[in-house]
Amino acid sequence: MSVSETRFVPDRLHGRAYRMARSWESLLIVVVVAIFIINSFASPYFLDAWNLSDATFNFTEKALIAFAMALVIISGEIDLSVASIIALASTAMGYAAQFGAGTPELVVIGLGIGLLCGAFNGFLITGLGLPSIVVTIGTMSLFRGLSYVVLGDKAFTGYPADFAFFGQGYVFWVISFEFVLFAVMAVLFGILLHLTSFGRMVFAIGNNATAARFSGIRVGRVKFLLFLMTGVMSGMAAICLTSRLGSTRPSIAFGWELEIVTMVVLGGINILGGAGSIIGVVLAAFIMGLVTFGFGLMNVPGIVMSIFIGLLLIGVIALPVLYTRIARRFRRDEAL
Amino acid sequence: MMARIFKHREMLLLVAILLLVGAIELRFPGFVAPRNLVSIYNDTAILIILALGQAAVILSRGIDLSIAANLALSGTIAALLNVAFPDLPVIFLLVAATFSGAVLGAINGLLVWRLSIPPIVVTLGTMTIYRGTIFLLTGGAWVNAHEMTDAFKAVPRAVFLGIPVLAWFSLAVIALMLVILVMTRLGRAFYAVGGNPHAAVYTGISVGRTHFFAYLIAGALAGLAGYLWTARYAVAYVDIANGFELDVVAACVIGGISIAGGAGTAVGAVLGALFLGIIKNALPVIDVSPFWQMAISGTVIIIAVAVNARSARVKGRVILKKAEHAL
Repeated sequence: MSVSETRFVPDRLHGRAYRMARSWESLLIVVVVAIFIINSFASPYFLDAWNLSDATFNFTEKALIAFAMALVIISGEIDLSVASIIALASTAMGYAAQFGAGTPELVVIGLGIGLLCGAFNGFLITGLGLPSIVVTIGTMSLFRGLSYVVLGDKAFTGYPADFAFFGQGYVFWVISFEFVLFAVMAVLFGILLHLTSFGRMVFAIGNNATAARFSGIRVGRVKFLLFLMTGVMSGMAAICLTSRLGSTRPSIAFGWELEIVTMVVLGGINILGGAGSIIGVVLAAFIMGLVTFGFGLMNVPGIVMSIFIGLLLIGVIALPVLYTRIARRFRRDEAL
Repeated sequence: MMARIFKHREMLLLVAILLLVGAIELRFPGFVAPRNLVSIYNDTAILIILALGQAAVILSRGIDLSIAANLALSGTIAALLNVAFPDLPVIFLLVAATFSGAVLGAINGLLVWRLSIPPIVVTLGTMTIYRGTIFLLTGGAWVNAHEMTDAFKAVPRAVFLGIPVLAWFSLAVIALMLVILVMTRLGRAFYAVGGNPHAAVYTGISVGRTHFFAYLIAGALAGLAGYLWTARYAVAYVDIANGFELDVVAACVIGGISIAGGAGTAVGAVLGALFLGIIKNALPVIDVSPFWQMAISGTVIIIAVAVNARSARVKGRVILKKAEHAL
């Protein structure tokens, strides 16, 4: 930026409505609506209550983790081990089911393993002060590795019949249990991040951890809790996924960590920390789910969808940068 | 004197590798037979090439998660060219793969440089895009061994002075990266930008351009490795080297390259890759199920990063005594 550039100082800030209209979330809403309309025209099977209900399974499990991941990323950290926690939790549940564990025990085991894995990550990151990206690449290998050790090339099946409810059950008409869980968790995490002091601490840490520490925030403890959350939410996703598939292989949920991070970044969470909203993540989940579903109806292979998701991820971040750059150039021309 | 030598992470890792090899040799004599060592090195050659490229990126405070997808796409392009034009000399395909890798790396570099998008986001995106492109090129079909010409498959396996050409390639890349990182301006710029980007600007280094060249080098090496991979395993399809990017990052981390940038050496990256390679090759020898490999490399990564963090920790000045407890 040149020195001669004069800065126009407005005498008042833009109104609330104007700011909302230009926010990331409203851009996402436009994208969701556009995808919805395009899909409805592209396939006659799209606007069917049951089909749409099926489509939600594409994202509900990933979104459960994405909510917790959003908080972790806002705090300036990252957790790449989430998909491996699913594998380990699912393996533990499968192991217990072989010995006749009932559904309540399985749920406790699933959430418990998630909690333990999260605590392990949290200890390494906040207790020993190691960088989260490397630690969770390590535990990603370790957790899934353990489930390979237990399972090898075999699979656990034979879950109790009522365990199927979590992944296959419907609460009301086409509304699945997973969708209700997704909605409830979206609200809970939205409240936690945006309406509690804990949420403010997360933002403060992400913007400036040192300043946060000097303002009396227990940075280490907050981050530890965040890693516990991604752990527990991964355990919860493991219960849903295992219940939906009815079996456990060590390759379960392989590569999900990257899709979850994509969902979070697409949702407008700053990958460098300090900014973002849960509503953005919810919208991003819908976008990814609807795109996958719509392409599926048009017989587009999954790998081509992933190209689209990749382009979307880079595009949504690149476009605003390009836009402001071009807008600035225009404004400079006007000033001359 | 001894203490000073052991301050170097590379030395510590070298000792760990020697102890590991020694322990295996004690139980299973013959492990250190020259032929076996050459074969282990040869198995690790591609990982070494990629780890050196990744090292340049991580040193300049970036990360390239698309490196394995780049390998797969460039390798597939070389294989498809070979099938379509069997008369093309192999050297041309080798150059084509390297060039394709460099272009893909340059795309990463440009996105990081010109649009200032965080490296992890860029390469996460290009990773899926590059892999998807393989599907678009092949339609999901495999390029199989019988479709490739014999010359195409022969290069990495040919033996020169008792060592396979694949291993020679990795030795050449090691030499090249040593020169670049230690003796050139660009190499010093990687360290400067990774160590302190703001200070680097004041010394007249363009941070963005330095990033760009790091991705370019990593991409070109991934492209070269792509040809070597498809020729050695004589197959090209969408999922080759799937998930290999994490092994590559792991090799760098084990080798003592700081994920925060600015610290680490090419020798470290090579040793880190060798450590992983030895474990992978030793497991069947000591009769441990290969399914243990993943868990072991995960544990090694965690231990390595913990050890490196300890040795690198600078004692900070505590200004507020109470604040120390708050953390």
